[in-house]
Amino acid sequence: MRLRTLELSKTYEKKYKALENLSLDLNMNGIFSVIGRNGAGKTTFVRILSTELLPTSGKGFINEVDVVEDAETVRQDIAVVPQEARPLPWLTPLQTVSSYLMWRGYSYRESNEKGKEALRELGLEGKEGQKSRKLSGGQKRKLMVATVIASEAPVIFLDEPTTGLDYLSRKELWQLLSRMKKDRLIILTTHYLEEAETLGDQIMILDKGKLVDIGGIDDLRSKVKLPYVLKVHSENFRIEEDDVQVHNVSDKETFVYGSASKIYGLIPYLVTNKMKFTVEEASLSSIFEQYLGTDEDEEENEEKNW
Amino acid sequence: MRRKMKRRIGSQIMASILVNSIYAMINYPVVLVNTLLAPLAILAVVTFASRGALLPVAAVGALIMNMVSSGTSLQQDLSHLKNDMRLQDMIVSSPTSSLVYIIGMAISEIVYSIPTIAFLIVLNAIFVKITLLGGFILFLDMATIFTFSISLGFFLSTFTSDIIQSWGFSGILSPLLTTIPPVYYPITYIPYPYRYLAYLSPTTYASEIAQSQTGFYNPGTSGFAIAWIVLLGITAALTYLALKRSRWREI
Repeated sequence: MRLRTLELSKTYEKKYKALENLSLDLNMNGIFSVIGRNGAGKTTFVRILSTELLPTSGKGFINEVDVVEDAETVRQDIAVVPQEARPLPWLTPLQTVSSYLMWRGYSYRESNEKGKEALRELGLEGKEGQKSRKLSGGQKRKLMVATVIASEAPVIFLDEPTTGLDYLSRKELWQLLSRMKKDRLIILTTHYLEEAETLGDQIMILDKGKLVDIGGIDDLRSKVKLPYVLKVHSENFRIEEDDVQVHNVSDKETFVYGSASKIYGLIPYLVTNKMKFTVEEASLSSIFEQYLGTDEDEEENEEKNW
Repeated sequence: MRRKMKRRIGSQIMASILVNSIYAMINYPVVLVNTLLAPLAILAVVTFASRGALLPVAAVGALIMNMVSSGTSLQQDLSHLKNDMRLQDMIVSSPTSSLVYIIGMAISEIVYSIPTIAFLIVLNAIFVKITLLGGFILFLDMATIFTFSISLGFFLSTFTSDIIQSWGFSGILSPLLTTIPPVYYPITYIPYPYRYLAYLSPTTYASEIAQSQTGFYNPGTSGFAIAWIVLLGITAALTYLALKRSRWREI
């Protein structure tokens, strides 16, 4: 599947730039995670490419079909779960999936068959006939995802599908998405960086409507200054080093971010003092902070601008 | 396994009917009482207040109100599906066009009203004397006012941003289009100069046409023609707005 944008921009009410000259060219199957702070432009990006919203300028293409000029053709190949979408409470899960499939053009019989299959695959069998309002939060989100997955659309947009779900429910959805991504391109926006890292074959970081970087987790990690983290589990660990970032997680745990040479240079000291430690590659949340700074940095910059 | 879907308009229309009326009626039968109550309540009040004299006029008026109520209900339903459930975003991104969506939803409102319409048709058959041609004109009149109300409902729904705003629109439209205008009573009951105000509402023209066929009011040939021209003109303008100026895809 190919997803391409050319100088894509969106300005709301002639003032607020939600997306600014975004250009990218993706040719992949799998999950494309889109991350960024609130207001970074993630939802605007999804809504333009899913033909819900017109851009102010620029172009977007799904499999080389223009999302503005030829939206009707694009709509044959895409399916979307918008942010905050919920199943209609007066429908049963089977009615929810099958009616969406009918809107996509399947017959009543086909829709019911595919609906049952999708619910079975999601572990919602036995709940086909119960009203959706009685489902748990996790089951409702799963149902929304099942609805678009059942459509067999090759390009699927999921705008923050796991927001508000507990960890186990999220993991269940992750497993589902991992199973479903093989022949599809799934564009997933999320605030959970662990989710973006676990699922994303490619990850795009957006900030204030601009593309910060795009790539696999290893590509992104290779571009930051502090790609490794040393996790020290000791009350007595103190460090005064340049070119590392120290994060005291608790009295007993300290994380040190740094380059490979800096981190491995600290190990003899830890071994000599019999301190427990682990060395890991920096997670996406650490990479994200290095790209964009923390919220505290953001507040500081805003104060300076005032 | 994966294949390009041909647009099956029949399935797409049926999806709207199932979701917005049939499934709702099956899963919550109480909604049937709701649709039956509104036109019948005013019908009862007008009939009792006139000691039965206005029952035939009110029975035709209740049919008109039912058609208009379909539009106001559609406006509320679509607004709810769009703003609270985000369903419209999913439909916009699907192969269903705005025209097919509105047709399906419009039919769903009629399906919702089938018990009311059936009851009113029986009532009209008993109390209203009408020729075959008159019955045909009455049918065209109802179809036109239905198209008007559905177009208005769809147009407004695409601009609403939440359900409270949608309730506001419905609260304004219902009295302005059905309760105040001479739908349940003849226009001759309104003294001048207030009668001119009544002509601001398209339902007044629909009522004039209906009442001219049932013998309660005689607008004359020119009045009859003017009523049709105005009603068709307003309906055509609103249908155009609904199809061309509503916000299906957001800007």
